[in-house]
Amino acid sequence: MKNTKSNDFGVLTAELASKIDKIIESYDNNSTKLVGILLDIQDIVPKQYIPREVSSYVSVKMNIPLSRIYDVISFYAALSDVPRADYVIQLCDSVVCKVTGNTILRDAVTELLGIKAGEATKDGKYWLEYTPCFGACDISPAMRINGKVYGHLNTFESVKAVLDQYK
Amino acid sequence: MSKTVSFITENFDKYDPSSIESYLSIGGFTAVKKALSMSSAEIIEIAKKSSVKGRGGAAYDTGRKWAQAAAVPGNDKVVICNADEGEPCTFKDRNILSKDPFRLLEGMIIAGYTVGAKNGYIYLREEYRHLRPLIKNAIQQSLEKNFLGENILGSGFTFHIHLYSGAGAYVCGEGSTLIESIEGRSGRPRIKPPFIKERGLFQLPTLVNNVETLAIATAVIQNGVEEYLKYGTPECPGTKIISLAGNVKCPGAYEIPFGLTLREIIYDIGGGTPDGHELKLFQLGGASGKIGSPALIDTPYTYEDLRKVNLGIGSGGILVVDDRTRVIDFIKSIQDFFIHESCGKCTPCREGNRQIAKIVDRFVQGTPKPDDLETAVRFANIMKNCAFCGLGETAQSALLSAIDHFPEEFGKTNVGGNTEVAAK
Repeated sequence: MKNTKSNDFGVLTAELASKIDKIIESYDNNSTKLVGILLDIQDIVPKQYIPREVSSYVSVKMNIPLSRIYDVISFYAALSDVPRADYVIQLCDSVVCKVTGNTILRDAVTELLGIKAGEATKDGKYWLEYTPCFGACDISPAMRINGKVYGHLNTFESVKAVLDQYK
Repeated sequence: MSKTVSFITENFDKYDPSSIESYLSIGGFTAVKKALSMSSAEIIEIAKKSSVKGRGGAAYDTGRKWAQAAAVPGNDKVVICNADEGEPCTFKDRNILSKDPFRLLEGMIIAGYTVGAKNGYIYLREEYRHLRPLIKNAIQQSLEKNFLGENILGSGFTFHIHLYSGAGAYVCGEGSTLIESIEGRSGRPRIKPPFIKERGLFQLPTLVNNVETLAIATAVIQNGVEEYLKYGTPECPGTKIISLAGNVKCPGAYEIPFGLTLREIIYDIGGGTPDGHELKLFQLGGASGKIGSPALIDTPYTYEDLRKVNLGIGSGGILVVDDRTRVIDFIKSIQDFFIHESCGKCTPCREGNRQIAKIVDRFVQGTPKPDDLETAVRFANIMKNCAFCGLGETAQSALLSAIDHFPEEFGKTNVGGNTEVAAK
């Protein structure tokens, strides 16, 4: 279970609220589409997470109990209720990437950014997490940055070249 | 490479998947047109004749599944395309979705027509979010051309397709869990009965098929079932898209006829293990699949032959591991995966995985207690028999088969007998 300590009031500006309204509208205000709605909202909140006040806002707006929204957020790995960063880096930790040698990738990211899994850099730019297989086994070892997949990361230089694109 | 074929994948790289015009120019939607001129019973007959088994991993006979779905009473049914391809070492559906999305839509329309459904839902895993725009576009263009929507091509059949997103939960590949997720909740499996074919999504009769299964349906209707039956072996005809990865020189998704041996797949198609390393083991069908030892390398890749040696096709994943990885480290990685992915609903899976993980950790460190192996096998069998859903039932396949094939790695010198027997 992920923690729910973050309150961070002040994130929900009028501008963000109107963007959230548009997302909910684009899903026809349909409560069965909650998972997709929360994923889209998470994309537009700075630091890629769903703050408590945003959950409350969605709860009122869609007339869904807050408890159900947290049931969804805390269950799914792709949803976060703690602030992450501008760039969310996901290292594939599955067995395929393990046998093809993802330790170089892991060590390179840790060395270059100075963070471990579940941590953000001090400037709030990078967040690192391990994730199960995202279906890029044919280019393993692989990582995702903000959803974009990079593969064949078996040297320090190749990892650095990718991270250099996210300054 | 010449051992691969192209039947399901025949359209790959032949057209622009973002353009329905391009798809039509290579004969797209022929299958839908043909299907709409047939009766539901005729299509079911073809599906049965093809002997295609579900390609998500459960290998349930597709013709039978469609016949059952068609027989369920109700004038509002649902077809779900399971595109939650979550098994590690499985990425064949990704290729279909990205290279031939229209063929998938055709398969859904045909399935919907056959069973009498009004709506189709694609449940796309979050990890494939980048494919959303392409699929959305394919749905939109098909609507505009009336291959979807009201009264399709004047046939009187109305069908709509909706795209839903997963959010990173392996368990949502299980049918009833997937349905919970589409209904906007956390993903935990439902109790059966009622079976989802009778009461599934929104309490409606529901047919769930894998991406590849639906793509085959299109290919079979379009080209004729006889064409499909030309491939493979008499006992196990047809083709399969495999996802070959791990320690092979040429990893990738390949369409093969059933009946190639694992050796042909791993060495001729995959190029063998890199840098002169020895093959240590292979795992078939993703993390929930069993592992095999090099002694089984000449087994033909068919449902029947693999079953004889206690292996299975599962999702079609083939993970090759060479001598750089210890068996126990491999098992630990699988165990970590299931600890992460168990939804926690039922005790055998939630607690079983946790307790077995502790034992696996001790084996990794070389400090197992005297009865650890016996305990792990007992717990694993309890999970297999008592877990609430397929995740818990299959989570220990790798461990149990590893103990069978590599007893020495678990400090067991006496090979005699398999773990299932030992547990009873």
